[in-house]
Amino acid sequence: MSAAAAIAAPVPPERKTGLMLVAALLAPIALVNGFGFLVPVLNLARMSFYEVEPTGAMREVYGLATWLKVFSDTFYAELIVNSITVSLGITLLTLVCSYPIALYLHRSSGTWRTILLVLVISPLLTSAVVRTYGWIAILSENGLLNNALGAIGAGRLRLMFNKTGVVIGLTEILMPYMILALLAGFGRLDPRVEEAASTLGATPFKVFWRIILPLTLPGIALGCLLCFVLAVSSFITPKLLGGGRVFLLATEIYDQAIVTLNWPLAATLSILILVIFGGALVLYSRAMRTVI
Amino acid sequence: MDERPVSLTLKLLALAMFVFLLAPLIVVVPISFSGDNYMMFPPTSWSLKWYPAIFASGKMTAAFWTSLLLAVVVTALSLLIGLPAAYTLVRLKPRGSEALAALFTAPLLLPTIVLGLAILIVFSRYGLLATFQGLVAAHLVVTLPYAIRVLSTALATLPIAVEEAAATLSAPPLTIFRRVTLPMMRSGLIGTTALCFLVSFDEVVLSLFMTGPRISTLPVAMYHHVEQQADPLVAALSVLLVVLTLLVVLVVDRSAGLARTFVK
Repeated sequence: MSAAAAIAAPVPPERKTGLMLVAALLAPIALVNGFGFLVPVLNLARMSFYEVEPTGAMREVYGLATWLKVFSDTFYAELIVNSITVSLGITLLTLVCSYPIALYLHRSSGTWRTILLVLVISPLLTSAVVRTYGWIAILSENGLLNNALGAIGAGRLRLMFNKTGVVIGLTEILMPYMILALLAGFGRLDPRVEEAASTLGATPFKVFWRIILPLTLPGIALGCLLCFVLAVSSFITPKLLGGGRVFLLATEIYDQAIVTLNWPLAATLSILILVIFGGALVLYSRAMRTVI
Repeated sequence: MDERPVSLTLKLLALAMFVFLLAPLIVVVPISFSGDNYMMFPPTSWSLKWYPAIFASGKMTAAFWTSLLLAVVVTALSLLIGLPAAYTLVRLKPRGSEALAALFTAPLLLPTIVLGLAILIVFSRYGLLATFQGLVAAHLVVTLPYAIRVLSTALATLPIAVEEAAATLSAPPLTIFRRVTLPMMRSGLIGTTALCFLVSFDEVVLSLFMTGPRISTLPVAMYHHVEQQADPLVAALSVLLVVLTLLVVLVVDRSAGLARTFVK
């Protein structure tokens, strides 16, 4: 096409080719997203209303039976409450364990800081299966902790195949997320304010409680939201450290989908997880409005 | 910047928490050199038998090659699909591009257990369960959002003046992209490659739904092994995997800067 023709060309066709180009460039990702995300998720919501016959066979007839079962059976009520309380406990514990590391990282500098930051990120790059296996080595009957306790004659503890194991393992697995979220929120922490407080005679504890903690609340809120959401939906660690004896929403979804093959029930429990996510998000945005 | 001296209490607390954070990764090293037939800490005897045992286990080696091939294919496809998408969303900015970007990164907001179930139900209809193609499609759903995010950031932070200069010198758009934009995105491309590779290689929950007796990935094979028996085999495998991850990280750090890729 000559330059003159290009100038003379009417605008609409050019716009049309622009749109065609955009469509062509976005087509592959739209295909993956549509086929692998949009359709499956919409289908999941639809399936939670399918009927299941007593034989376990699924009928493509809509009904509220699955939802009614989830809300009337005390097992599921317990499951939901259990998932939320265990996840809240894990979140709180993760915060307590991560805060010193984040504060220390915030105050260190140079090469030392880089090394520590790599140490924080490296577990994140390691498979949850590997880290959970490490916890089995520490918490199991013949593990590090029990053998150490035995060596000093303190007796043995049951640390695995119960909630204790799940809480310990998940706390450690979620710590890197919490530390990174805290660090991102520590920007408002000005060392001069702390110094001013100490020169005015505040004890280190008072400085922490009255100055550092309030200033870092946004980071705390973000980290807690992230860890709660990850704790509710985590599956590998509760399954391996809980040994089938700790019942949580995520493990139940897997069992219903793979073992029992009750897809409508698994779909309903999945939607419940998303509802819990939504609740956490609402609480987070409310908390942020009061903090800032 | 004037720093506040770090108090001894904070130092000790941070040290204790670092020990807690790294404990599960540290204990697998001695266990991998155990001579016992089941997991015990500390091991009662030492040997190197678990490393050759990995390669003797046909299940693990087959799963390793599946995982490696899968990660390579998924990474290549993520770049091929993600790059045009990121370019379109950042440079061409069609109407509704923000909504589209949100839609394309939305799979990351969903817990993988929910996403895995959703994909399982739909893919079962098309006979994609326990197939390599099914695994590729499922992994792409989670690697593409990462690819789009990192590539969009890389594109958005490029000095656009250089591209404009090339355009005024009458370079056609494709040439500008190939000769100017792409070379300047180098660190973003390396970061995306490493991220997609590691995400795909490590992905376990989605894969659990998508694998079967016919085909398995390494994390899934490890998961089932740990579920069924507690022997030091997985410890030896873990050590090899940690070394492999470190290698990838080192390569990325040398060529792009790790901190920039993963922290923000």
